[in-house]
Amino acid sequence: MKSAVVVFPGINRERDMARALKFVSGKEPAMVWHADSELPKGTDLVVLPGGFSYGDYLRCGAIAARAPIMEAVRTHAAKGGLVLAVCNGFQIACEAGLLPGVLMRNARLKFICKEVFLRIERSDTPFTRQYNAGAVIRVPVAHGEGNYVADADTIARIEDEGRVLFRYTAPDGKLDPAFNFNGATNAIAGILSEKRNVLGLMPHPENHVDPAVGPTDGRRLFESLVSTLEAA
Amino acid sequence: MKARVTVTLKAGILDPQGKAIEGALKSLGVAGVASVRQGKVFDIEVEGVDRAKAEQALTLAAEKLLANMVIENYRVELL
Repeated sequence: MKSAVVVFPGINRERDMARALKFVSGKEPAMVWHADSELPKGTDLVVLPGGFSYGDYLRCGAIAARAPIMEAVRTHAAKGGLVLAVCNGFQIACEAGLLPGVLMRNARLKFICKEVFLRIERSDTPFTRQYNAGAVIRVPVAHGEGNYVADADTIARIEDEGRVLFRYTAPDGKLDPAFNFNGATNAIAGILSEKRNVLGLMPHPENHVDPAVGPTDGRRLFESLVSTLEAA
Repeated sequence: MKARVTVTLKAGILDPQGKAIEGALKSLGVAGVASVRQGKVFDIEVEGVDRAKAEQALTLAAEKLLANMVIENYRVELL
């Protein structure tokens, strides 16, 4: 697995991400600066990590989405290359047009930093093949703008096409408004692109990979990527 | 030339910040406020005097960066 983590000014989760990638795949990812215009040759996974690129100025992810490297990321995605976009990375991917919709202020206006429960909607994707569909995992979130919104047609389309990959649920996997803490439409926590090669999600699976620091529910997402790329 | 681009949320998009401001105005006792929607104003100094060109540039600016067309509308004014 040859992965590249894009580093934007104001990002702060790139090291957690790099550590998780190394921990699970055994290979050090390349760190790619936002002002570069090319990805390292042979990159098969691009990661847009979390943080506060450009201090969230204008709109979260808006300025990073227009960075020079994003043209290369767009080309990579258009060719079917895998892209994992987490938290601020998800916001950047939406702003860049890699994924539909937008992440708005949390419904109750609070920045929320805690562990949440996610239901995995399907296991036939490059990101979740090591999980069982319907499984519930526990992962942390840390965001103020994670309230997924899109127009009704877009929501209907991504639902019909089975592109909602993660939803906020109760610990038993049931939808419950009390556990949809940021007010996201249909409790959407993560979505796939049309070709299913780009995943955007608000929670941080990279923080739950190492038993030395706690739960390891996020680890299989990285193992899924490794096994997908090994099989390719 | 001075110009102003105003970006507002499209109708139907939930605006939690506007709602919070609305609540605060009510608790301050400001009478007659039915609802609040929050937006953004960009005051821009444009080079040159060609109004058509300025309008074209500002429209491009609004669509490429200042507004997210998924959730927002924009208005360009030359002052």
